[in-house]
Amino acid sequence: MSNLISGIPDGPLSDKWTKHKSDINLVSPANKRLIDIIVVGSGLAGASASATLAELGYNVKTFCFQDSPRRAHSIAAQGGINAAKNYQGDGDSTYRLFYDTIKGGDYRSREANVYRLAEVSTNIIDQCVAQGVPFARDYGGLLDNRSFGGVLVSRTFYAKGQTGQQLLLGAYSAMNRQIGRGQIKMYNRHEMMDLVLIDGKARGIIAKNLVTGKLERHGAHAVVIASGGYGNVFFLSTNAMGSNVSAIWKIHKKGAHFANPCFTQIHPTCIPVSGDYQSKLTLMSESLRNDGRIWVPKNIEDVKLIREGKLKPIEIDEENRDYYLERRYPAFGNLVPRDVASRAAKERCDEGFGINKTGEAVYLDFSSAIIRYGKEKAYVKGLDENDDLLVKKLGQAVIRSKYGNLFQMYEKIVDQNPYETPMMIYPAVHYTMGGVWVDYNLMTSIPGCYAIGEANFSDHGANRLGASALMQGLADGYFVLPYTIGDYLSDDIRTGKISTDQPEFEKAEKSIESQINLFINNKGKNSVDYYHKKLGKIMWDKCGMSRNEKGLREAIKEIQDLREDFYKNVNVPGSSDEYNEELAKAGRVSDFLELGELFAKDGLERTESCGGHFREESKNSEGEAVRDDKNFTYVSAWEYNGEPSKAKLIKEKLNFEEIEVKTRSYK
Amino acid sequence: MNLILKVWRQSSRDDKGRIETYPISDISPDMSFLEMMDVLNEKLISKGIDPVSFDHDCREGICGMCSMFINGEAHGPDRLVTTCQLHMRKFKDGETIIIEPFRAKAFPVIKDLVVDRSAFDRIQQAGGFISVNTSGNTQDANAIPINKQDADKAFDAAICIGCGACVASCKNASAMLFVSAKVSQYSLLPQGKVEATDRVLNMVKQMDEEGFGNCTNTGACEVECPKGISLENIARMNREYLFASFKG
Repeated sequence: MSNLISGIPDGPLSDKWTKHKSDINLVSPANKRLIDIIVVGSGLAGASASATLAELGYNVKTFCFQDSPRRAHSIAAQGGINAAKNYQGDGDSTYRLFYDTIKGGDYRSREANVYRLAEVSTNIIDQCVAQGVPFARDYGGLLDNRSFGGVLVSRTFYAKGQTGQQLLLGAYSAMNRQIGRGQIKMYNRHEMMDLVLIDGKARGIIAKNLVTGKLERHGAHAVVIASGGYGNVFFLSTNAMGSNVSAIWKIHKKGAHFANPCFTQIHPTCIPVSGDYQSKLTLMSESLRNDGRIWVPKNIEDVKLIREGKLKPIEIDEENRDYYLERRYPAFGNLVPRDVASRAAKERCDEGFGINKTGEAVYLDFSSAIIRYGKEKAYVKGLDENDDLLVKKLGQAVIRSKYGNLFQMYEKIVDQNPYETPMMIYPAVHYTMGGVWVDYNLMTSIPGCYAIGEANFSDHGANRLGASALMQGLADGYFVLPYTIGDYLSDDIRTGKISTDQPEFEKAEKSIESQINLFINNKGKNSVDYYHKKLGKIMWDKCGMSRNEKGLREAIKEIQDLREDFYKNVNVPGSSDEYNEELAKAGRVSDFLELGELFAKDGLERTESCGGHFREESKNSEGEAVRDDKNFTYVSAWEYNGEPSKAKLIKEKLNFEEIEVKTRSYK
Repeated sequence: MNLILKVWRQSSRDDKGRIETYPISDISPDMSFLEMMDVLNEKLISKGIDPVSFDHDCREGICGMCSMFINGEAHGPDRLVTTCQLHMRKFKDGETIIIEPFRAKAFPVIKDLVVDRSAFDRIQQAGGFISVNTSGNTQDANAIPINKQDADKAFDAAICIGCGACVASCKNASAMLFVSAKVSQYSLLPQGKVEATDRVLNMVKQMDEEGFGNCTNTGACEVECPKGISLENIARMNREYLFASFKG
């Protein structure tokens, strides 16, 4: 099991995917009827895969823990989706999207996978428009684009600040069509509890009906995991409350290698924490950095006055503001990639320039954009460009049409009007680039078990560029997995139905029952959230935006102790045969408590800084991250061996044939 | 802030249910309503009382999972927000807050404040889609220009989050606003016109079968909709339906 075969096809980079599609085995339409596939998760990846597999003729069973597939957390993605359409004629191409993504990922992703992603990106937009996704359009009726961090072209398609919602509803509608035809059987309010292996192959899952509490056995010829990322290991993140690591952690424990667990994206523009009761953090889309300028006061005296409420940000003159991203990175300015922008905010706040009570916030200011747009509008309408009030009014209307829902969201949470005063923002955990190791076919190291979307590790390296998560989720689900899964399933056309009466199902079900009983009968003194919050604090303090050896070692020890305490003292009220959210949470937190340790272990092992992983020991005199290509140009795939501390590291060397590996600079 | 909470408790679908009273103290006005509920639940758990079950997930107003009828209004007293975006600063110190589930025949209670809204899914399955397979061979996205006004109107209908506030607010428990938003999105776009007749007939048929009531144009749905979906959509769907009935 310790060998990693990525299965990247031979030949020139640009021909690999086309050639591979022609070479792999197919399943005939008549035989597809004999094959069952389970999909866990109904976000962009899960919904698009379910719909497409069903269209092809497979029998699909899809599971989600929410009350409807439409509620998966892809729905909350705001800014947009990238595609190398070059509709703006600004020099975009498949190669450029590929290059930007590899560079943005700090040269820690696979060339062939990323090229394929760039290649199919254009099909995604065509597909979504055909489904009726209402993307933003210009007055000529054609599709509009905007720009995102880390790139120099406008290739991002969007639907105001609700792009994820519209794309997910598109995929959900495609699913609905198949559910209506009986080709997909949908299991809402169901949680996957474990994967069942028979003769070393994935042959089904044990799921829990969250309404009745009953455990159910489901057999299939292949299992696709599309359960998203594990950012909630930090407790506070922009993920939904229910987002969890459990599905991918269970398959990891059954033999799927876990790759680069420490690669986490901390998003620079989120609404800052306001109190201990905080349950989650809210993102303000990266698209805002198209028009918003990030700054803190230049003088520490002004910072103090602001914190005391004696000075307002709009009263600080231009020359007394430090637009630190524009100062440090003149070429990309406010549109540097997320990891760079987050660290820069932390640097200013660590130096004492944070502008709210907690000292952990910076300004995102739209006043320049409001004036710029206002003057433009006034000119077009033949009105007075020097009438400040008029210009402001016109400019605010433009900003409202672009980001209206985000501004409204901000105002409701913070109780300040962002059209009049700058937003306060601070970085927060948002996305996990790490995930289940998969080969070129998106199969994990367990035969017949696949991982797609954020759940896998393959495309974003050590840092993901904005508007690329939606692209990857839909690329995997619509255009990659439905082809590649046939290669494996072509051997299964004579297998017949997978019976769930086999001892493997029995065994898996028993072991879940015993864990559930343990939680219910424990009657400890602390709630599940008590442990989740403690874990989150360890993760944020010691495995967050910057990491060092001492902290990571401490984190490992502290998480081990916390886990022990959890099993002794956790209190789960209610019973196992009813709707019991605390019980569901207990299962998820127990998995986070194991993943957290592997996360820290992975961070400790990788002594270089790359992308979102910043090791304080590895930086230059200007404080910029220093990569160590000689020793770390590999994917860290961890093999489970009984407990996280015993996980074995297997390295998949990354070969760059097309791209010259360079120092990533946005200066 | 100190508050008196009167919360609907119902252990299962078959339980009769009742209101329980829980006083709660030290609530920050900056908390969201659901964070206040988290605090309540932590307190209940520490006292050995079953926590209150409620639906929630994204907590940023987009997934549509949270519900709750607060002081007689779906998603509470604030406008254009879901319960997760409602903040305690909208309430007064010492206030009594009554918290109930969304009530409708088509939304049976599962537990406490959690209701079953799968009827909405089934209406969409009856026709809420454009029949196009994934092939990679669909025509170029810019092949059909779409008038910006129509595209914007389609978008305004498409932002419905499927929370069910319209049904809960309607005295007839009608789902017309929800269904009309989906019908409108597709009928405004050229891609959706091909199947327009079947779509509206099938979706309305399913809506009736699920036990939703009729629309009497009182407009409560529009007022309480967290996304500001307009009544215009209902008018558009009625036109589509009438047209389809004659044609079909």
